[in-house]
Parts: sequence; C-alpha cells; structure tokens
Amino acid sequence: MYRYDEFDATMVAERVAQFRGQVQRRLSGELTEDQFKPLRLMNGLYLQLHAYMLRVAIPYGTLSSKQMRRLGEVARKYDKGYGHFTTRQNIQYNWPALVDVPDLLDDLADVEMHAIQTSGNCIRNVTSDQYAGASAEEIEDPRPYCEMIRQWSTFHPEFSFLPRKFKIAVTAAPHDRAAVKVHDIGLILYKNEEGETGFEVIVGGGLGRTPYVGHTIRKFLPKKHLLSYLEAILRVYNLEGRRDNMYKARIKILVNSEGAEKFAEAVEAEWAQIKDSGIDLPREEMARIDAYFAPPVFEKLSDESAVLEEKKASDKNFARWLRLNTFAHKAPGYAIVNISLKPIGGVPGDISDVQMEAVADIAEEYSLDEIRATHEQNLVLPHVKKDDLYAVYAALKAVDLATANIGMVSDIIACPGLDYCSLANARSIPIAQRISERFADLGLQEDVGELKIKISGCINACGHHHVGHIGILGVDKKGEEFYQVTLGGSGAEDASIGEIAGRGLSSDQVVDAVEKLVGVYRERRQGKERFLDTYRRLGAEPFKEALYEAA
Amino acid sequence: MKLLKLSRGRLYPALEEPLSEVSLEDWLDNPQGHADATALKISNDVSLASIRCDLAGFSTIILEFPAFKDGRAYSQARILRERYGFTGEIRARGDVLRDQLLFMARCGVDAFEFTGDADGANEALKEFSFAYQRAADDLQPVWRKRLDRAAAA
Repeated sequence: MYRYDEFDATMVAERVAQFRGQVQRRLSGELTEDQFKPLRLMNGLYLQLHAYMLRVAIPYGTLSSKQMRRLGEVARKYDKGYGHFTTRQNIQYNWPALVDVPDLLDDLADVEMHAIQTSGNCIRNVTSDQYAGASAEEIEDPRPYCEMIRQWSTFHPEFSFLPRKFKIAVTAAPHDRAAVKVHDIGLILYKNEEGETGFEVIVGGGLGRTPYVGHTIRKFLPKKHLLSYLEAILRVYNLEGRRDNMYKARIKILVNSEGAEKFAEAVEAEWAQIKDSGIDLPREEMARIDAYFAPPVFEKLSDESAVLEEKKASDKNFARWLRLNTFAHKAPGYAIVNISLKPIGGVPGDISDVQMEAVADIAEEYSLDEIRATHEQNLVLPHVKKDDLYAVYAALKAVDLATANIGMVSDIIACPGLDYCSLANARSIPIAQRISERFADLGLQEDVGELKIKISGCINACGHHHVGHIGILGVDKKGEEFYQVTLGGSGAEDASIGEIAGRGLSSDQVVDAVEKLVGVYRERRQGKERFLDTYRRLGAEPFKEALYEAA
Repeated sequence: MKLLKLSRGRLYPALEEPLSEVSLEDWLDNPQGHADATALKISNDVSLASIRCDLAGFSTIILEFPAFKDGRAYSQARILRERYGFTGEIRARGDVLRDQLLFMARCGVDAFEFTGDADGANEALKEFSFAYQRAADDLQPVWRKRLDRAAAA
C-alpha cells in the first residue's frame, strides 16, 4: 500500500488547516453560504436535505485496517454510528456538524486520509479494480498508476474549475470491475503485440441524463506518457467543454458532439506540444511509487485446503457463501473474499461503526492488513488463506456481514435517493430493500445467478441504472413517485446502455415487475446464460410483454 | 477595483496606471489602428492555438474570469507563458477570489484585479508548501524534490 512521505502528509495537513480557516470565516459570518459553497465543495462537503454530508476519499478503494478502524471511530464520534460506501469507492457520512468537520478531517489526516476533490468540478478520486494485486487475471497491479494520477491531479492549478466533474478509472484485467467504459476517462492497462504494456485510453463515457459508452481515442499509450496525455485531454476539455448548460458540460457531450476522431486529433495535437515538457514522472519516481505496491509475501501453500473441504461439506450456508462471495486469487492456497454490504432488507452500502471495526480486525488477522471498497458498494478482503476462510466467514457472520449474494439479485446498487438527497425525485433505498426482501431466499438467488439491479432516484443516475441488467429510475409524476425500468445495460467489459422498457410503474408495481422479468429469464434461459445473455439473445419483447401484460 | 501584483512570491497593492486596452479580435482586424495599445484583452472563449502574432509588443495581457467556476483562462495563461513565452504581465480580471489566487499564480498570472483584503490574499498564497505537478511557475514539483533528496542522501 502507498504510504505518505513528508510531502504528502504536509499537503493533507495544510489542506485541513486551509479548510479550518474557511469554516471559521463561514461561522463568523465573513463568508455567506453562497461564498462558502464553492469552498466546501472543493472538500467533499455537501448540504443535503437534512444536514451536511461529508464524502471521504478512499483512493482506488484501498484501505488498511488502521484506516478502516478510524472510519468506524469517525462514524461514532461525529456521525450517528454509521457510514455509507458509495459507487466511487468512497465513504460518506450523512450527519456531521459543520463546526466538527475540521477536527474530523484532522482525525482522518492522522491515518493518511482526506476529503480532497471528492466533490466540485475537478478531477475526482481515481477508482480501480477492487481485486487489484490479488487477481490472476491482471497484467500488473493498476494501483501505482492510480497513485500517480492521484498526486498529479491533487490541487492541479489548471484543472480545478473544469466545466464539470471529472472521473478517471483504471483497470488492468480483461474482466472490467471498474466500469472504465462509463467514465470520463477509462484506462485499460494491457500488453500489446510487441510485448510492451501500456494503456488503451477511452474517453467520453458516462451516465447521467445522457448516457454514453466511451470511445477509444488511443489504442496504445506507453506508460511513461500517462500524465502528459491526461493533461492534454484535460486541457482540450477545459478549453472546449460546454459551460453554458451544466447538463451538457461533461466531456462525453464534447466527445460525442465533435466526434471521437476529431476530439482525438485535438488531444494528439495538444499532446505533441507538451509531451516532453516535464509533466511525466521520471523513471525513478515511477519506480518509487511502484515499490509501495510490491506484492505481499504469500506463503507457499497447496491450492487445496483440507480444513476448507471439510467445512464446506458440513455447512451448507458456508458452502454457498464460498461459491458466491469468494474469488480466485493469484497465489495458490489463497482466496479473495467479498463482504456484502447488502444484507436482505438492508440499506445498500451502509455499515455501522462496530462492523467497520470488526472488518478492520478481520483484515489485520487474516488479509495481510488490507481491505478494498468496491464500486458496487461492497468490501473486499483481498488476501485470505483458504485455510482461514471458515474463520473469516464465522467472524463476518458474527457481525451480520456474511450475506452470500455477491452479483446476485439482492446485491443492488442504489443511490441515497429522496431519503437524503436534495436532487432526487423518488426514493431508491426502500425499493432496493423490498426487492431484496422479495428475493430473500438465497437458494433462489443462486438459481437466478448473476443479475445486476441498479436504482437511481433521479436522472442524474448516481445509482448507475443505465448499466443495470435491470435498471430502475425514479421519476416524479405529478407529485407521485414512479419508476421507469430499463433493460439490458452493463457497466462491465461488455458495456451497454439499457433500453427503456415502457411506461413508468408505481412503487408497488416495480417489485412485482422485477419478479416478472426474472420469471421470463428462468423460463427462457439456455444453458449457463445469465439474465443479460438471455435478454440479449431474445431481445426486449418477451420481457416487455411480461412486464405490461394486463397490468 | 484594486490591483495586486505578484513579485517574488508576494502580492503588493499597485498603482493603477491607465492601460490602453484592445481586444484580440479588434487588434487582429486592424493592427495599425491599435499601434499605441499596451494591453491585449483575450476573452476566454478564444482559441490560442491559432494566434500567430507577436505578443511582445504588449506589456500586459488581460484574461477574463467571468465567474469563479469558469476556469478556461487558467489554461490560456499557461499556454501564453509556456508555449508563447510571454514574459509581460498577465492580469486576471473578473470574479477573482481569495481562494483561487494560488491556482492563478501557478498558471502564470501575476497581476490580479482583486477587491478583497491584500493580507488575506498573501495568506492564501502561502497555504501550501509544495505542489505535486509542474505548472507555469518556478515551483519544483514534489517528485523533483524527492529525487533531489534521494540524490543528496
């Protein structure tokens, strides 16, 4: 894991001091709320429906046990005893008092954490594959590049007042767990035919009210030019992106209105001017950052674990958890463990202070001190010995964190919706809870298999409904909450934007609707098809029919 | 309107000498007609890629920040300094706020039409000891300091 040196620590400490001054100026009345707004928004502090909300960055989703423990303490000390993991691998606190926020940030700075650039029209927290450094699928660990981007983008003087927010995701595996094709910039690290590793650069993807899958504007970018190329993209966007209408200000609108080719030409022309001007990191600094992410020393183990086999045979629930919540690790005898933050009937992404501390303890004892947050609002223990899996399962179960539903119908992404958010048209969380309860039977869920439901409470699409296999969008119809269903979306390597199924449904109808869609799938699926595969093979018709038959 | 000028890392209130301003469009239209202009005003929706003219005749270039959120002129300032090598004064006009002065200065702006308090403005410039990235100022990025320190060790 990356560790701060004195420079990093100073930057964060100075940011807290600066923000403390800004809060003081607000509290003393020197700044009006209007004047304070752009300042707090540079530091992840939003004014929500009922209170301030603070979003804390978890760069590329990587946390140590010490950091997770501190997140739990912060939840208890400054909030109502819980936090909420978001779709960008961050955590949000929904109830801090403004006057406490500088102290809260000091507590975070102690463990090398911050809220820098978690809001505002700047380059946001960079996200990545939650299995980075643990999966056998990847070319190399993508996180060193994420850290390089984090440093380069932090307080970037030219790119702090962009037309709109800007999100970058990086992956190094063919199976895309970072949704790189629906980011402002998505980077895929891969090995080309000459055997060199570099990035495929994808630009202009995004969700919101105009969803787009991104375009590849450069097939292969040598790693050493990463930052200068990003700078060229950002400069073209900063100068050319629309500023007359905030709904048309994201880079996706620029790329898609100009055409990806023309946009790529502009970037290449800019890059030609700046690529050798000292933006890129020298080899020594790249190596320094790289070294922090050297693989941990894994014990030499047999890939078979007798303890595991025995427990698997004797405990059916454990066996299911093992099938659904663990993933192959690159080192023999190890596994990647997913911790679901989607208990049946729970609030997606919510976690209590006690649970956070338990996860910290478990990671310290069993996962080489590492934890990851995922964009699907779950957590990961990346390096668990197979021999320890049962102990980990038992420890998670003791704090209600062992729901076996990763990737299943109840593993729902939902935005905070009208329960918290001032932009929302409808509630998201209760819909997620009721779908989850309808499919409470984990055996049934496993039979249904991978099915990604994503719920947004308004067209801004924070719940990623466009890329849900089943997407649900809350709309306001004459003061009543209605829900529009989209079908066939995906945020993975087979990215696509879902199609609207038909007229909106009431909150009562929408849960039945999901059940009907699942019914069509179970009837019509062939072989090992997932819901999405069956939908793509059959098209929308049979699903629409089921949805709207005599309803 | 008050004017602050940057000199060796500090901002000083400056006398407002009258400038003879001309917009880029007017000047490109009729350079002879504006031979006595001392300040070139560039609006922030103008592409600098196509400027093929001698900027050295101007003592000042004025860049516009019509709203604090509108950050186009940050890029323009860097292009003027780093690509066109403009060494005269670059002046920020418009919605120039205390908490943006450091970013502007790092992009090459060295004069500010700033209505706030000059002491506060100087504090704002000193809030950060380091910078992670190279820009148009002479601050060494953190990675360079790391290399120097490693070499010295």
